[in-house]
Amino acid sequence: MTVMEPTRRRFIAYLVAAPTVVAAARWADASTGGGTAPSPIPSAPGAADTYDLNDLLTDSAKPTANMITVTMNKDGTASFALPRVESGQGITTSTAMIIAEELDLPVGKVRVTLADARPELMMNQFTAGSNTTISTYTPIRSAAAAAKQQMLLTAADELGVPVHRLTTHDGVVHAPDGRTMSYGVLAEKGAATTSREIDVTLKPVAQFKVVGQPHRRVDALEAVTGRKKYTLDHDVPGALPTMICRPPTIQGTPKKVHNLATVKGMPGITDVAMISNGVAVRGQTFGQCIEAVRALKVTWNPGTVDKDSDQTFLAELKAAELPMAPPPPGASVVDEAFTFYWKSNTALEPQTAIADVRKDGVTIWSSLQAPIFTQKQVADLLGFSTDQVKVHVTNSGGAFGRRMFSDVVLEACEASKKFGKPVKLMWHRTDEFRAGRMHPMCISHVRASYSGGSVLNFEQRHTSVATDWSMGFGEPITAGGASGPVAQSPIHGNYNYSQTVWNLTVNVPYNFGQVDHAIQEIRDYTVMKSGSVRNLYNADAAVARELVVDQLAKAMKIDPYAFRDAFLKDDASRSVLKAAAKAAKWGRSMRPGTAQGIAFHSEYHGRIACVAEIDARPSTINRKKRQAVTGPRVTRITIAVDVGLPINPKGIQAQMMGGAMDAIGQILTESLHLKDGYFLEGSWDDYYYTRQWNAPFDVNVIVMPATSESPGGVGEFPIAVTKSAVACALTRATDKLPSYFPINHLDPLPFEPFPTEPSIPPSPNDGLHRKGE
Amino acid sequence: MPRHTFKLNGKRVHVNVPNDVHLLWVLRDVLGVNGPKYGCGLDVCKACTSHINGKAFNPCCVPVSKISADDEITTIEGLPDTVGKDLHPMQEAWLEMDVAQCGYCQPGQIMAAVAKVKEAKAAGREITDADLDDIRNICRCGTYHRIREAIQAGAKAM
Ligand code: FES
Ligand code: FES
Repeated sequence: MTVMEPTRRRFIAYLVAAPTVVAAARWADASTGGGTAPSPIPSAPGAADTYDLNDLLTDSAKPTANMITVTMNKDGTASFALPRVESGQGITTSTAMIIAEELDLPVGKVRVTLADARPELMMNQFTAGSNTTISTYTPIRSAAAAAKQQMLLTAADELGVPVHRLTTHDGVVHAPDGRTMSYGVLAEKGAATTSREIDVTLKPVAQFKVVGQPHRRVDALEAVTGRKKYTLDHDVPGALPTMICRPPTIQGTPKKVHNLATVKGMPGITDVAMISNGVAVRGQTFGQCIEAVRALKVTWNPGTVDKDSDQTFLAELKAAELPMAPPPPGASVVDEAFTFYWKSNTALEPQTAIADVRKDGVTIWSSLQAPIFTQKQVADLLGFSTDQVKVHVTNSGGAFGRRMFSDVVLEACEASKKFGKPVKLMWHRTDEFRAGRMHPMCISHVRASYSGGSVLNFEQRHTSVATDWSMGFGEPITAGGASGPVAQSPIHGNYNYSQTVWNLTVNVPYNFGQVDHAIQEIRDYTVMKSGSVRNLYNADAAVARELVVDQLAKAMKIDPYAFRDAFLKDDASRSVLKAAAKAAKWGRSMRPGTAQGIAFHSEYHGRIACVAEIDARPSTINRKKRQAVTGPRVTRITIAVDVGLPINPKGIQAQMMGGAMDAIGQILTESLHLKDGYFLEGSWDDYYYTRQWNAPFDVNVIVMPATSESPGGVGEFPIAVTKSAVACALTRATDKLPSYFPINHLDPLPFEPFPTEPSIPPSPNDGLHRKGE
Repeated sequence: MPRHTFKLNGKRVHVNVPNDVHLLWVLRDVLGVNGPKYGCGLDVCKACTSHINGKAFNPCCVPVSKISADDEITTIEGLPDTVGKDLHPMQEAWLEMDVAQCGYCQPGQIMAAVAKVKEAKAAGREITDADLDDIRNICRCGTYHRIREAIQAGAKAM
């Protein structure tokens, strides 16, 4: 593997008139800088076309509009407000590393915070598609390089030494004669009095000392001490706990509240009012809100799927599948279809938002993947201009696609307006499963034909309940403008978003002759509250593909690894596959009832391979745990991943491990059951996301050396491949190809569903007798 | 309004709250102690795990009236003080293994881990895979494997 020759490309940056050194770069350069491969989500030309240096110079009140800025502080630190949301994916750490690298400053001296909603950044404040590092890498480096260059020029002047003889180390400029100047001093002395454009050269990759080295998370100490602040931990005066009594079926609406006055008189309760999605209650504590929600007597209007259950959707999906071409005459055929049931994208921290609606504007605190979109929706809802909507983006306790949607913020705004008081709104856990967002149910059908040693064709028909791409993803795609994929089509709407997302993400990385894949959706995207769970279509489509790859290998009597090795399209892919196979000791002898499974995937400008080992022996499957699904256990996961340029290998490893836990749950235990218009699940003891008793004993992640000068995506990347490897391992261990996932979905329900009215269950009172077991 | 008193992180506290309000909300909404997190209110996710008299429990499922004046409640904020240091060895192990992702579950995970190790030690044995499998705390970011490693490392230092 060779790292490409460093290119000494020059980049444009700006010095901004400010009391200390402040350097800026156009955020929109995100769409052009550094990268060579196409981006999974098309970026917009947007900002750079409509804003130039003239605007920057004249608009001195807002010198950084449309820009991201790195600020050098008098204490020798650098600060940067990242227009993205940190949800555990480690982007504040990797961003601090990128800035530290370019500045020659210790990572600990770079302070990365989350930027408020900045409408002028247009769609470039959207955290999704594992796109953060891909799109922010070059602008952030350019701004940091400009700041350093300005400090170096200032030091040259002060010390009377030519700039090329100066060196930098750990935040200090060194002259050859031993004299030094610190960044803290230079931050002030180098401050620009007028804003101007400058040329910068970025540090060559070969000189990187920080980027590419494992680094611990910058927020780890806060996390382990309980000091890390999430939305609910913000103390906003007067913002009292608020919860919502919700309808018994999906997207029902309130018709009449029968005991509003009584509930308003309950202990601690200050306000009760009907809002669009239910009945909001505000009180001194969340505990009292729970009691009030449970006491409300409400008549409800029907929801959008009151007559639907898993079976009705299943029948509709089957009927809607697009036809396939007949297989070539004389060829042998592998033909398999897999059903993937509903998956919740809830995080551990539920939906939360603080809203303070006043006559002349509103202030919001919430963790949002698409804050600009939210800001616009709030403005529309309250009849404000976007200037009157201040959105503070807070740390999230997990996002996974859920925080792309603004519903919690809109509810908080509605409640705050009705009450005339600030509110701190929280969803109950049961709300999360029953009124939350889900990855839609789908069927992925694959047919491949082969003859001799060749695969002749590979067809995939993916039929899914419509995914709602309207929040956020819709914008960048539409904003592709005249040349964008959507604009060229005469039809507009969600269908086109789906087609675009499908075509830009789904691929077949093997030489399989004629390849043809297509997606078909049923129902309007507003019927179910759909979305993605940490990955888009490949979370299911790739699993179907890899399972069929294993079936082809079996039919052609070739080992699954050897088969992939032979059919993969390029050597870079083969070396990733090989790294995983070697580390996992692929082919080692396994006991009956246990097996290895291997899979490969490419997406997000990268390549990834996984070997899973599973134990499906009766003694393991029949383990007993209170209120739990045990089942087959994945005992070992090995992943090799090529992300182009790895920024923080430790962070990448963490993301891969986390993704593998999603994979284990989604294949073996975790799904929602739709019945008569609502989901039966209401807590983590019936929605069986991976728990310690399902977790592997051994996880090994190999981050491949750099294969590119630009970083690829990380957060969503492991899902497709780890799910595939687990599914393939299970198939080999049991010698039975599953036809639906998770494999326990059709088992008798192992839990008693909570009633739907009241919409949330009571908190138990016997916690002292359980002693936290 | 009934008055309740107990020891919280080494200090005596008094609060005026109705009897049936669960302790988690007394800690968070009344006393402003935000380390214990809400994840379900059902004794399921364990994000709120804290200690009562040194044992793990879930304050989301204990009405404040059931806490008596001599009960000692320890939240993540008070954990270091129990060993008289800036950080408990389990927190050090968590840092060493870089366990946290979003971090939301981690106060509860650490409190559960400390209690688990104490239990094993009291029974005169090492922490086992079976002990680790018994931990019910959800980590939706999937840090389970690093949690297992950190508990084993932390146990050695405890
Ligand atoms: S919030 Fe207490 S167990 Fe979930
Ligand atoms: S670190 Fe996010 S839930 Fe555990």
